[in-house]
Amino acid sequence: MSNHLKDLKLKIWRQSGPAAKGHFEDHIMPEISDEASFLEMLDVLNEGLIGENKLPVVFDHDCREGICGTCSLMINGQAHGPERSTATCQLHMRKFKSGDEIVIEPWRASAFPIIKDLMVDRSAFDRIIESGGFISANTGGAPDANLIPIPKSVADAAMDSAQCIGCGACVAACPNGAANLFTAAKIAHLNLLPQGQAERYKRTEAMVETMDEYFGSCTNHGECEAACPKEISIDVIALMNKDYRKSKLKNRKEISRS
Amino acid sequence: MTITLNSKIPAGSINDKWNTYKEDAKLVAPGNKRKFKVIVVGSGLAGASAAATMAELGYQVDVFTFHDSPRRAHSIAAQGGINAAKNYQGDGDSVHRLFYDTIKGGDFRSREANVHRLAEVSVNIIDQMVSQGVPFAREYGGMLDNRSFGGAQVSRTFYARGQTGQQLLLGAYQQLARQIGLGNVRMFNRTELVDVVTIEGRCAGIVTRDLVNGEVVSHSAHAVVMATGGYGNVFYLSTNAMACNVTAAWRAHRNGATFANPCYTQIHPTCIPQSDPTQSKLTLMSESLRNDGRVWVPQNPDETRPASQVPEAERDYILERLYPSYGNLAPRDISSRAAKRSVDSGRGVGPLKNGVYLDFSDAINRLGKDVVEERYGNLFEMYERIAGENPYDMPMRIYPASHYTMGGLWVDYELMTNIPGLYAAGEANFSDHGANRLGASALMQGLADGYFVLPYTIGNYLAPMLNKPIPGTDHPAFKAAELAAQARYQGYVDIKGTRSPDYFHREVGRIIWDYCGMERTQQGLEKALSELPALYEEFQKDLRVTGDTESMNQTLEKAGRVDDFFQLGMLMCRDALEREESCGGHFRAEYQTDEGEATRDDEKFAHVAAWEWTGDPTKSIRHKEELNFEAIHLATRSYK
Ligand SMILES: Cc1cc2nc3c(=O)[nH]c(=O)nc-3n(C[C@H](O)[C@H](O)[C@H](O)COP(=O)(O)OP(=O)(O)OC[C@H]3O[C@@H](n4cnc5c(N)ncnc54)[C@H](O)[C@@H]3O)c2cc1C
Ligand code: SF4
Ligand code: FES
Repeated sequence: MSNHLKDLKLKIWRQSGPAAKGHFEDHIMPEISDEASFLEMLDVLNEGLIGENKLPVVFDHDCREGICGTCSLMINGQAHGPERSTATCQLHMRKFKSGDEIVIEPWRASAFPIIKDLMVDRSAFDRIIESGGFISANTGGAPDANLIPIPKSVADAAMDSAQCIGCGACVAACPNGAANLFTAAKIAHLNLLPQGQAERYKRTEAMVETMDEYFGSCTNHGECEAACPKEISIDVIALMNKDYRKSKLKNRKEISRS
Repeated sequence: MTITLNSKIPAGSINDKWNTYKEDAKLVAPGNKRKFKVIVVGSGLAGASAAATMAELGYQVDVFTFHDSPRRAHSIAAQGGINAAKNYQGDGDSVHRLFYDTIKGGDFRSREANVHRLAEVSVNIIDQMVSQGVPFAREYGGMLDNRSFGGAQVSRTFYARGQTGQQLLLGAYQQLARQIGLGNVRMFNRTELVDVVTIEGRCAGIVTRDLVNGEVVSHSAHAVVMATGGYGNVFYLSTNAMACNVTAAWRAHRNGATFANPCYTQIHPTCIPQSDPTQSKLTLMSESLRNDGRVWVPQNPDETRPASQVPEAERDYILERLYPSYGNLAPRDISSRAAKRSVDSGRGVGPLKNGVYLDFSDAINRLGKDVVEERYGNLFEMYERIAGENPYDMPMRIYPASHYTMGGLWVDYELMTNIPGLYAAGEANFSDHGANRLGASALMQGLADGYFVLPYTIGNYLAPMLNKPIPGTDHPAFKAAELAAQARYQGYVDIKGTRSPDYFHREVGRIIWDYCGMERTQQGLEKALSELPALYEEFQKDLRVTGDTESMNQTLEKAGRVDDFFQLGMLMCRDALEREESCGGHFRAEYQTDEGEATRDDEKFAHVAAWEWTGDPTKSIRHKEELNFEAIHLATRSYK
């Protein structure tokens, strides 16, 4: 049966707009069921704020099932909070205890400007995908799906990387604000598959360079892997780097041929 | 406006209709396509696939989503799989069988021609998605793997672990992203459709509100596609994402598009039961679990022992007992009602006695824990995270919840609403699932509509419009719609009452769930129809939205959505009341056999109810589209 937590001290980042100066605001959550999710706790807080004619705290969320990648909170300095491989929306209050102080902040990275309170703009991720995170196969004319067998181990490895939910925790956790884990996860997914070979090096080069335009550089801290709710392995970064080096070589050859 | 519902079903035998249509459809020459602007609202499977494909063809495409990125659309949450009549397993599947299963699963309340086309193009979807790099599950030999879903006796469901929707959506999103990168699609994120504009009987465009700064803007186009998802959140608690709503479809409806079969809603049998009152949503446990999980409740309502200690003889495997040939894979509506009756009879399990068991112990003994983990590992983890119990040791507890809505904007064979130039695709339309959708068929339908139907049918509409001017956004109709939208949102802020939009949402949801949920009665529906208008009046007087309309304001967004849910809710109850029969997800307690099975009335109700807006949702006008069954004989659905 459910238990109740009492007297949580919440320190929440408030910021009225992208250019505004932000500050921490203190709130007390007198009581909450340990069955509640973290975001449901914030829902309760917000209902209370509306009750007091105040502005509720703005935060991004949608599926609340850990799959859409919309939720994004730094909780006590950890991206997505204290539970391993768990997105904020799947974090439950049973991970906390009565009297705890909980500091809640937005993702902090120069590539993710704050929109309001805890909500940030992650569209730089879309730019990376738009630059090459796809297989160019127009609708119609695809060959039979079983024409090219894909060994189970290859399909599984591609799937492991394809699970990335695009939440940005890796960037938020990284001291340099680098997006290498996100970028490399997509590159690994597509570069591992037979269908992805034709554009392999072009894709890698384009995506890495777009990433560098918006995000900081990776110095192998490994914080990203620890924060990732989908446990994307840092090994994908090595794969990306290898393909990137090769791409430089291949693309040079192609230029000399043309 | 006089409404005519012309389904435009092509002549010929069911097997030839779609080919005949494609051969006869008017075409726009490649060089002329860029002269046409198409708006796609929604970037889920239906919207992303339609937008990407039309951009590839050369149209100018503008895409709108209220999400911060097209990749977040709710399609991402689909777990179990996608059907296709590939017959890779050689187990007797065919286009005809998928067609038949879908019609039967929908309890003979869908349009044959549309469903047949869906089954035909299903095979192309898998080919297309594999070529996009979707990592579907494979067998050791490298071939695609399949599983079974409810309402089918073949294995035709393709899947990517428990994240099929995610992988399909990311495939379609990447295809869309490529077109955005190439400059063929303009993408508008965090932008919500707030009105649809019709001029001289045609859809001329839309009005949107920028969620970040509140700006209200018009967009004109030659054609508009609504791919805006379902309205399951009308129940408040549902498996839908928090922001799913009916606003886009509802605004189209208020501008003249008929809304079909709103009472056909699907209650999914396997969700995690509610555990506390602050709960904001319910989580689905994929139907694929019913491949290996067995549903049971204790015989004795006063049972207190843990599940594992209840002897076999004292367990009631409800679905296996009632439906021996389909067993735990009986269709959703039937399985949901069986669970509800067990709980209503006091045999529910769990601390609140509000669930039934879904037990994997036999599967674990038979297959080994590794195989079960391989199949369902991430679902088991998700369950444990939410319920705090480990399903390898204890059976899951599940209960039905609102999941999917078969009703939606009425569309003809071309997926056009009754407003020329306005189309609806995916869950937002009513077209293919009749009164009940089979598992793994929504993803199929969304992608069928977007990839393989709309790109043809829209061309047929656009071709004659070549080089003819269309009204611009300076047209007075756009200006009027903008002013009305601004006034609407300002109006919510100005009420300055005492209760939040969430409060009202919970209350509407409760009424709809109680009276228009799994089991409906005349009396209950009449009660709902007297309670809803009263509550709606309170909403209009006592709503409180803090903040303003000029900056990011999630309370304000919610207010607009709840307003539309109120109106839809009333129409749902009207529709359920007028449909004096039971079919699929619409179960009227007055119309059932002695064994509690749904009794259809084909004589009176083998038709689609398409509602016309009149200004008062309790006074909408009901129109009929008769359903003709030529390829399949109407029969009583039996899964025994
Ligand atoms: C938990 C869960 C599991 C499921 N599992 C399966 C499964 O295994 N197999 C299966 O076949 N089906 C499944 N379904 C059903 C299926 O996922 C959906 O029916 C389908 O994905 C809907 O796709 P769509 O493209 O129509 O809409 P959505 O994916 O819901 O997309 C709607 C889009 O419209 C946009 N939008 C809506 N309103 C507006 C507006 N006013 N202004 C601007 N943009 C707007 C949204 O931002 C979004 O981009 C599942 C559903 C749920 C809830
Ligand atoms: S790699 Fe992990 S942390 Fe980074 S965006 Fe993807 S899921 Fe989130
Ligand atoms: S809200 Fe979707 S991942 Fe958290």
